[in-house]
Amino acid sequence: MDNVQNTVSKEEALLAKFEEKVQAGEAIEPRDWMPEAYRKHLIRQMSQHAHSEVIGMQPEGNWVTRAPSLRAKQILLAKIQDEGGHGLYLYSAAETLGISRKEMIEQLHNGKAKYSNIFNYPSLTWADIGAIGWLVDGAAIVNQVSLQRTSYAPYSRAMVRICKEESFHQRQGYEIMAQMMQGTEEQREMAQDAMNRWWWPSLMMFGPHDTDSPHSADAFRWKIKRHTNDELRQKFIDKTVQQAEVIGLTIPDPDLKWNEAKGCYDYGRIDWEEFNRVIRGNGPCNKQRLDHHKKVHADGAWVREAAEAYKNKHKKQSVNLN
Amino acid sequence: MAKQDALFKYTLRLGDNALILSQRLSEWCSYAPLIEEDLALTNLSLDMIGRAQALLKYAGEIEGMGKTEDTLAFRRSERQYYNNLLVEQPNGDFAFTMARQLFISAFELYFYSEMEHSKDKTFAAIAAKTLKEVKYHLEHAKDWVIRMGDGTGESHYRIQHAVNELWMYTGELFEMDDVDKDLIEQGIATDLDAIRPLWNKYIGDVLETAALIVPENGYMQTGSRKGIHTEHLGHLLCEMQYLQRAYPDAKW
Repeated sequence: MDNVQNTVSKEEALLAKFEEKVQAGEAIEPRDWMPEAYRKHLIRQMSQHAHSEVIGMQPEGNWVTRAPSLRAKQILLAKIQDEGGHGLYLYSAAETLGISRKEMIEQLHNGKAKYSNIFNYPSLTWADIGAIGWLVDGAAIVNQVSLQRTSYAPYSRAMVRICKEESFHQRQGYEIMAQMMQGTEEQREMAQDAMNRWWWPSLMMFGPHDTDSPHSADAFRWKIKRHTNDELRQKFIDKTVQQAEVIGLTIPDPDLKWNEAKGCYDYGRIDWEEFNRVIRGNGPCNKQRLDHHKKVHADGAWVREAAEAYKNKHKKQSVNLN
Repeated sequence: MAKQDALFKYTLRLGDNALILSQRLSEWCSYAPLIEEDLALTNLSLDMIGRAQALLKYAGEIEGMGKTEDTLAFRRSERQYYNNLLVEQPNGDFAFTMARQLFISAFELYFYSEMEHSKDKTFAAIAAKTLKEVKYHLEHAKDWVIRMGDGTGESHYRIQHAVNELWMYTGELFEMDDVDKDLIEQGIATDLDAIRPLWNKYIGDVLETAALIVPENGYMQTGSRKGIHTEHLGHLLCEMQYLQRAYPDAKW
């Protein structure tokens, strides 16, 4: 009984110390003690983030072989390569919490782990490559800038690196849109159509309104999250509306207007039924994206096995030599 | 043959090899067996796009008709391409892609080592940059071919099969015509007869280390020097040139 009591009070002391540290704005390193719920929350969030980077390679990869110039192909390939790289260091950062990449991929395949809903929409024309870079990466940056100061140090360090690259992507996406808006009638139509299709899903990337956000309370107390969904969404809208106007794109929201008193834009109602439907698996590309990932993973199994077998053989040989 | 004409064709040949293989490698994007390999194949593709840009830009300057690297990449038809048949072959599985890469990168290593000393300053400069990249491409392909050859039963079978299937496209790499002869005389081009034994030795050594059999030199398919390709090239170009062909007045 005494032992149990001791363990409980020891745990309480550790928790108190942890909370104190977080409140003081200190970073948590992998070797530091942390409550199980904190660890779980981070694994959920970081693996979701890593999977999003990797699944996000698909809609953009869809246009790599059809990029309209050598320069455009180069920029797009380099961007997708960056996303893959982000996936890698986020997987590594998440591994510091005691989960392997293999387990994370299993959780993605069995539906336990998610990825960003935005990638369940199709990239239909070349203008979508512009819209994804400008709007989707633009929304991601707003979110990630705020995560640079998140309390878990490996996550925060990964975010600092990622943010630098993402801001390039956003500018490159905007450049595609700007160029198309200065082009032929067909190009302008293509750009506006992409804008119409990607605007609302981009706003949904920030998640439900604060009043409906299920994971928020602990995340704020532990300083994993620093700003609310609605604050970040507002920030994104305010910076993007002007950018659209400059190049002559119309934001597909008749209720959008500047609110002088609040000093920000008011916007129309987000279709949360659509958001929830897509999250539940019924979006235009949910099945396609996951099937693609599963198939590629299964098709590549023999290559990974060959590498493993080779390594083991040669490890044995070098042991024998010694 | 006028010097300019020979130089133009020769430059296209080198540029097209880089362009078409970069396109094939970019098809791996989000399809590789592990993310690390997705990034590596993208790297190779990016290197080759850069090389294609430099060479096709130079080809446009030699021709003097105001064509840019993009006009040459996106507005020529099947019969106007001069890349080797090897590089247009579909990716197949990972073993196929790596065997193709081993063959072409070994060729490029010896080819550009000679080209570095070309009397043509542009070629020499492009060769110096390309060599640094090709050394890495070759190491990468060699390591994988050995791993697969000496890995599991399945990987051994797959890589041997790929080597066998692709072997008939390797003879063409060393084919020379009047274009080569003209330019070799002028100290501009690489003598392919001289690098062939080096290539044979290198490939023989790698395949031996990988416990693989070097195929017999049987029928060798050729044609690319005259712009005669396999059926695969037309489909590749269809996809690659789609936007430029569908919207000829648009700038991107």
